[in-house]
Amino acid sequence: MAKATASASQRLILWLLLAPALLWLFGLILLPHLDLALLSLRERTGPGEYAFGLAQYRTFFTEPLYWDVFVRTATISLIATALTLLLAFPIAWTIAKLTRGRLSTLLFAVCLIPFWVSETVRTLGWMILLRETGVIPGLLVTLGITEVPIEMLYRDPTILVGLVYTSLLFMVVPLYGSLESLDDSLIEAAYDLGGNGWTVLRTVVIPHASPGITAGCIVVFMLTLGNYLTASLLGGKNSLWFTEQIYTQFITRFNWEQGAAFGFLLLLLSSVMVWTGLRLSGQRFSDVMSRT
Amino acid sequence: MIPSLPRPLWLRAATIFFVLGFLVLLFMPLVTVAVFAFNDAPYPAPPWQGFTLDWFTGNEAHGRTGLFSDEELLGSILISMLVATWVTVLSVTIGTTNAFLMERMSFRGQGVLALLMLVPLVIPGVILGISILAFASRVADLLGNLMGWEAEFLRPGLPLVVLGQVSYIIAISTLTISARLKRFDRTLEEAACNLGASRLAVLGTIVLPYLRPALIGSAAIAFLMSFENFNTTLMLVGADSPLTVMMYGRMRDGATPVLNAVSVFLMVASAAIALALMRGDRRDAQRS
Repeated sequence: MAKATASASQRLILWLLLAPALLWLFGLILLPHLDLALLSLRERTGPGEYAFGLAQYRTFFTEPLYWDVFVRTATISLIATALTLLLAFPIAWTIAKLTRGRLSTLLFAVCLIPFWVSETVRTLGWMILLRETGVIPGLLVTLGITEVPIEMLYRDPTILVGLVYTSLLFMVVPLYGSLESLDDSLIEAAYDLGGNGWTVLRTVVIPHASPGITAGCIVVFMLTLGNYLTASLLGGKNSLWFTEQIYTQFITRFNWEQGAAFGFLLLLLSSVMVWTGLRLSGQRFSDVMSRT
Repeated sequence: MIPSLPRPLWLRAATIFFVLGFLVLLFMPLVTVAVFAFNDAPYPAPPWQGFTLDWFTGNEAHGRTGLFSDEELLGSILISMLVATWVTVLSVTIGTTNAFLMERMSFRGQGVLALLMLVPLVIPGVILGISILAFASRVADLLGNLMGWEAEFLRPGLPLVVLGQVSYIIAISTLTISARLKRFDRTLEEAACNLGASRLAVLGTIVLPYLRPALIGSAAIAFLMSFENFNTTLMLVGADSPLTVMMYGRMRDGATPVLNAVSVFLMVASAAIALALMRGDRRDAQRS
C-alpha cells in the first residue's frame, strides 16, 4: 500500500493502536510521577492549607537519619551489585563456554528454576536457615565452631546474602547472552598472540560482554535499591533501608509529602546510576534493556 | 578458559567445585522451606521432630491449622489469582497492540515512545506504587469535588493493585511480543493478500497464530510476576491482602509451618508453569 493512500482507515488503525499505549504511559507512568514531584514540593502551612516549598527536601538533608539511611542503602546496593556480578560471571561462563549441548541447556534451566518461585518463599527459606534457632546456627554448634547458637539475622552481611541471592537471575541471563555470542576462536587467537588469562579477560572477553554486564548491573542495582521485602525481613525492624522510610512516611505516618520527596530522591539516585552505568560502558539504553 | 585450550586439572576441579557449590546455595533456601513444611513441630525450626501432614491437612480439632483449613490464607490465594488474571489479560492485550504499533506503524515520535516504553523497567517498584497511589487519590478527590462521584476504585484496593502491577508488566509483554513480531516473514502476509484474503483474515489466520507462542509465554510470565509481586502491591493494598502481602505480615510475626506448606504449593505450581513453558519452547524450536 503506497504512502499516498495512507487513508483515513490507516489513520484510524494508528490511533486505535496508539490509544492503549498512551493511556498506559501517561495514565500510569508520566502523570503519576509528575504528580509525585508536585506532591513532594508541597508544604503544609496549616490544616488543609498548602504552599509551594522545599520543606520536605530540607528535612531530608538536615535530619541525619534520613541522609544516613539513603547513603547506606546506596552503598549496600552497590556492594550487592558487585558481588552478584562476581558470583554470576563464572557461572555464566561455565554455561556459555565450558559446557555443550544438553548439559549447557540443563545447567541454564537449573539456574533459573529457583527464580520461578516467589521472593517471599526464598526469603522465608533464608529466615529458617539463619535465625538463632535456625538450621545454620544449629549446625555451627553441632560442628563445634560456636558454643551457642548465634543470631545471624538482622546483620548487614545477611541482607547482602539475601539481596545477592534474589538478584542472581537478573545477572546470569544477560551475561550468558553476551558471553554465548563471543566466538571461541577470538579467545584462541588472543592466546596465540601471547595473551594470558588476565589480559584475554580484560581486552577480549569483558569488552565483548560489556552490554550484558551493563544490563545486568543496571537491573540488579535498581532492584536492590527498590527492594523492600528482603531488606525488611532479613534486616529486621532497624534494617534502615530507604524504601522502608518511604513506606513509613506514606502508609504509617500518612505524611505523603515527605514520602513523595523520599520517593523522588530514590528515583533520582536510581536514574543517575543507570545513566552513569550507560555512560561508563558506552551503551545505549534501548540496546541494554532489550537484553534483560 | 575454553575447552579447546588445555586447562590444568586444578582449574577443572575448581570449576566443578564452584558450580556445585553455587547450585547448593541456589537450592538451599527452597529445600529448607519444603522440608520444614513436613516437620512435626509448631515452628519452622530444627530439630527434626518427625514427618507430619498437619500443616496441610490439620484443622481445629487437631489443634493445628493446616493450609487447607486456613481460610485467611486460602482467601489470599484466590485474591492473588483474581489480580493476576486481570493483570495477564490487560498486559497481553496492551502488549500486543503495542507490538503492532511499534513494528507495523511508522509515525513521528515513535523513537521517543519506544524509549518511554522501557522506562517502567528501571523505576523501582515501590516508587511505581506510591506514584500511582498518590495520583489515583488526587483524581478521586477531583472527581468527588467536581461531580460528587465517589470513585471508590481509585482508593487503595485490588483495582489499584492491578493498575500498579500492570504499569510495568505491560513493558515486559511488549518486549516479548515485539521480539517475535519482528522476526515474522512479511512475504507470508503479502502472499495471503495476493490470494485475496482481507486484512482481518490475514491477522486471524496467519499473524496471530504465528504470535501464539509469544502470547502464551508472556501471559504465563505476566501471571507469575503479578502473583509474586510484593513491592508495588504493598503500597496499593486495601482491606484484601494478596498472598505475598499476607505471607509477609505473618513472617514478621513469626509464623507456623503453614507458611512452608503454602510455599510448597507455590513451588509446585511455579515448576509446573516453568516446565510447560520450556516444553512449549522446545516444540516451537523444532517446528521452525
